[in-house]
Amino acid sequence: MIDIGLGHYLTLGAVIFSIGVIGIFLNRKNIIVILMSIELILLAVNINLVAFSIYLGDLAGQVFTLFILTVAAAEAAIGLAIIVVYFRNSGTIRVEEIDKLKG
Amino acid sequence: MIAHAIFFYTFSIIAVVSAIMVTASKNTVHSVFFLILDFISISCLFIMIGAEFLGMIMLIVYVGAVAVLFLFVVMMLNVAQQKNQWFAGQATSKHIPVGLIISTLIFFEIIIVIGGWKYKPEIFDINNSIAQTSISNTHSLGQILYTDYIHVFQISGMILLVAMVGAIVLTFRQRSGVKRQSYIKQISRERAEGVEVLEVQSNKGVKIDD
Repeated sequence: MIDIGLGHYLTLGAVIFSIGVIGIFLNRKNIIVILMSIELILLAVNINLVAFSIYLGDLAGQVFTLFILTVAAAEAAIGLAIIVVYFRNSGTIRVEEIDKLKG
Repeated sequence: MIAHAIFFYTFSIIAVVSAIMVTASKNTVHSVFFLILDFISISCLFIMIGAEFLGMIMLIVYVGAVAVLFLFVVMMLNVAQQKNQWFAGQATSKHIPVGLIISTLIFFEIIIVIGGWKYKPEIFDINNSIAQTSISNTHSLGQILYTDYIHVFQISGMILLVAMVGAIVLTFRQRSGVKRQSYIKQISRERAEGVEVLEVQSNKGVKIDD
């Protein structure tokens, strides 16, 4: 309990990952919260990679964390741009009211 | 060792609670603020564990750019007033058990993987590339980032470029009634339509017809 090891960090990553998945499913608000849940999931992946990288002494994990950070930033920018365009066109971004693709 | 434990539990409890609040808070602006708190505590964990470059980059990229972008979009779209009733409506109540089951399944799967790591660590092949501990984390990251991973590095730069162009193209809006610069008209302009040579008579002046 006192001796902090790799398992503690991996458990923290697992908890945050699961909270992100719950946030995607249990969302009644707008889509922005879903994007934030995706950011939480990527953050959990980063925690796992950094913890393994430190405890194994292999720097590749930190390099990949850097690239995940890059992709997460690009994804957030594109996703928010799509949300802005959708809001401009239809006036709402509530999850229940976005059903244009239903056919 | 005890300080490590104290700091780890403090930051991780803050991170988990704020992650819960991101999904559970009623106001979207509050969600963004809790997301910022989450990023800050995780970057404190990274700095504490020894990955100080990634912790600082996390602060700059996530807190300084991504979270502010989220906040900007939330403020711009004015959706903060859309209060939700969490667990209240029947429209999504059938999603709640599914979501809880799936996320607990994922959680226990990850926990099982961690257990396998704990009890049989020799099955993992370890490439020990941090040989020199005399140089700092940033220095050693830079040494392999620009040599072994240079192609991936450049591809990530291309991804950022494509994302930037895509975001600009998506949100670009052409309004009517706004005077805009027309490059084609500027470039294709010639002397004959721009300049006119007049014979000016004395004491008469020039009358420009428009």
